[in-house]
Amino acid sequence: MSDLNEVPPGIAGPANALDARLGGANFFKRNLRKVFPDHWSFLLGEIALYSFIILLLTGTFLTFWFKPSMGEIEYAGSYAPLQGVMMSEAYASSLEISFDVRGGLLMRQMHHWAALLFVAGMMVHMLRVFFTGAYRKPREINWIIGVLLLTLALAEGLTGYSLPDDLLSGAGLRITEGVAISLPLVGTYVTFFLFGGEYPGTDVVSRFYSLHILLIPGILLALISAHMVLMWVQKHTQMPGKGRNNENVVGAPFYPAFMAKAGAYFLFTLGVVAGLATFTQINPIWLFGPYTPADISAGSQPDWYMGFLEGALRIMPAWEWNLFGTSHMGTLPLSVIIPALAPLGLIMTGLALYPFLERWITGDHREHHIAERPRNNPHRTAIGMSAITFYGVFWLLGANDELSAFFHINLNMTTYVGRVLVFVAPVLAYAITYRICLGLQRSDAAILHHGVESGVIKRLPHGEFIEVHTPPAEDIEAHIRGKEAVLTLPVAEDPAGIPPKGMRGPLGKLRAKMSKTYGGEKIPLDGDHAHDEEHAAVTSGEDKSLTH
Amino acid sequence: MTDNEHEIEQPDDRVPRRVIGTPGPGTSMLGEVETKTEARPPQDDTTPGVILQDEQKARSAEKIVALCFTITFLAAVAFIISYVVFQVGSPEATGVSNLALGSTLTLAVLGLAVGIVIWVRRIMPKYALVQERHEMASAVADRAVVADTFVQGANESGFVKRKLLRRTLLLAAAPLGLIPLVLLRDLDNSKMTGANFNKLLRHTVWGEKNKEGKPLRLVVEGTGQPIRAADFNSPGGILSIVPEGYEHDLNVLAKATLILIKFRPEELKAGVNKNWTHEGIVAYSKICTHVGCPAALYEQTTHHILCPCHQSTFDAADGAKVIFGPAARPLPQLPISVDDQGYLVAQGDFAVPVGPSFWERGDAEAEARAKGGQA
Repeated sequence: MSDLNEVPPGIAGPANALDARLGGANFFKRNLRKVFPDHWSFLLGEIALYSFIILLLTGTFLTFWFKPSMGEIEYAGSYAPLQGVMMSEAYASSLEISFDVRGGLLMRQMHHWAALLFVAGMMVHMLRVFFTGAYRKPREINWIIGVLLLTLALAEGLTGYSLPDDLLSGAGLRITEGVAISLPLVGTYVTFFLFGGEYPGTDVVSRFYSLHILLIPGILLALISAHMVLMWVQKHTQMPGKGRNNENVVGAPFYPAFMAKAGAYFLFTLGVVAGLATFTQINPIWLFGPYTPADISAGSQPDWYMGFLEGALRIMPAWEWNLFGTSHMGTLPLSVIIPALAPLGLIMTGLALYPFLERWITGDHREHHIAERPRNNPHRTAIGMSAITFYGVFWLLGANDELSAFFHINLNMTTYVGRVLVFVAPVLAYAITYRICLGLQRSDAAILHHGVESGVIKRLPHGEFIEVHTPPAEDIEAHIRGKEAVLTLPVAEDPAGIPPKGMRGPLGKLRAKMSKTYGGEKIPLDGDHAHDEEHAAVTSGEDKSLTH
Repeated sequence: MTDNEHEIEQPDDRVPRRVIGTPGPGTSMLGEVETKTEARPPQDDTTPGVILQDEQKARSAEKIVALCFTITFLAAVAFIISYVVFQVGSPEATGVSNLALGSTLTLAVLGLAVGIVIWVRRIMPKYALVQERHEMASAVADRAVVADTFVQGANESGFVKRKLLRRTLLLAAAPLGLIPLVLLRDLDNSKMTGANFNKLLRHTVWGEKNKEGKPLRLVVEGTGQPIRAADFNSPGGILSIVPEGYEHDLNVLAKATLILIKFRPEELKAGVNKNWTHEGIVAYSKICTHVGCPAALYEQTTHHILCPCHQSTFDAADGAKVIFGPAARPLPQLPISVDDQGYLVAQGDFAVPVGPSFWERGDAEAEARAKGGQA
């Protein structure tokens, strides 16, 4: 077959008819060959996007059989061990999907796996955006949308986890109730409105169902669309490199290359989720039995993204205040409120505010389209690693009973250590990351300055052996030279010794101080190098080295 | 941008092509480093930034892609056949069906995915297209036009000038916005005033009587058997207990479930109210005072009750006081005795609310002490 010379009539006809009515050609003229820059880390967010699509598809399948009712029935399905047992219709229909619908178990497991992957994809994508500074102007709005998406995804996961109404999901619901009722002033109101009365009532599954399949996914869909449109309009950031600058975007066109790659990537995600659902059992609800508030199984674990909240609840000391000493109001169960709200609030608020705090400190109001390499903004990278460590300690402690059993450590010891680590480890992570970043910057400067080890050992006439260094490849050098110093505020005092406006007062002084620390060039690429001559002389290994 | 700009002239064959932390030339999506290909001389009919593939190599790639697509075809057909052949209905059958459906679906999807990736990477051209970016901000003149239009429209509407219109509109909007919130009031089905919600939390069915007007018996969870004190006589024994007649009422179980433990008399310490025990048998609320999980684990030798959710640990021999974990209060003790037939019954309700703390709970222990009981 030879190449096409014109659009085939089968496509041209309908396309022209549509264009005559919608006028799409102008849009396609500008966008069909839209350029998308390429880097492996730009694909992380797509994992989350495709997981969401898989969730919509598998979730719709599940709704065809699932009955969101807490009405009690006697199980008469095909899973023998539970026949004759009283259970909610929700649980019975979840069993029906698992055992009496062909492909039902596969879809249920794919739904669960895709949910885990959805949150994981969002988080690694968010970390990529954070560490490369891709949230900077003009992308702050998209960053905020991302933070909202992550928060909603956690709520979506929580509501979905509770639907099958098995013993494990009920344990999660009970903890949710215990947290909600602990809220000062409104706690009992919130729980009675949520559960339709006392816990557990007969309403919560159907209420969570409408939240889980309609309200939250609807908002997610709207926000994801906005996220995509903004990415499209603002064009994707690109890594520093040869021919790439803040005013252009270099890469592959949407049609045909990026489109095909994105399609393949969706299929990869689907394939991995299907493979996991085939070969790896997840949430075997039939083993847990129907929910009853009187029972629980040891080793109960939430889905991974709730682990950090679980860990926070576990390591919190038993603090409870009775504010007024009376017996009808004023109970403040800090042992529940603090772990339930503080870590989540700290992380989400910190994420949402970071772009604005950074701009306040650096005074950087420019547009940024070149992704920053994490090492080139060491304080940001250190803050990010510090936050990951903070989250990670909680997350690890969410499974402290498993850790204790597996490593034969005293359970109480894991809690005590966790209480210390949650404060100490982030500080350590900060210091270590900062030093690593500076080390990497030095190594960059060395590559530019001394070149790359070529593996060629040369013997000089007087007997000395040296390794020949060659200049780095052009694209590597361009990648390194994409570095830009972090801006600092103009903090210099005027001749009269008065700091500039906005830098006076305690807050202003703090701002100036932070700006000086945060910004600036830590390790200049072309700085002072004491041993310059030796290496410059041996580049490309010419006999100039004789003169040395 | 020239055609072959991404091709790197290496000064020496021995120079490493990649430095850790920096991308190699032409790093692919699959993470493999492209071997250096001969750049085709620019042709008249190619666009800058579009580097066509070598036809020879493209042709061999086409064969691999075709193989992948054929695998997808076969796997998809196998999926449909598996759906018809493998029935479900028992755990074993479901397992087989799941394996057959899942593996064929996985293979079909991955075959297509791999095929397309090879198509993109080996058959489609290499791209280094360049597009300009423009600042997001609109032109100053455009902004000015919008601002003028806004002012003009606002004035034409009369919203600014006509105070009465503006204020009554705001007045109208305020209650309208409250309607969705008001509508949610009946989310609670109990038809009580909100201030009374917490009163429900203070009581369990243990304070009620059965149909004959006698105190409720303690029955074993699951079997529903009442317990004769004389039969529950091995020290260290533990039972999960629910109230007679409410074995399947989840709302009741969420508050009234108990653990019943038999002690030797000398093991009981001061924290236990001995008037509420019967021959060394002590009943505690099973609902953890942290966030309400059933505190279901018991260690006989240490008399520790452990909640598996967040590891709050209570000393059962000493009034279930907290010895570890995030729970702040002991598990409340239920007063028990025996009826005329020797079965264990509740003397009355718990002296303090069971389960997690809530704002209106207050210092219920102090109140109970003031009433004369021991909390």
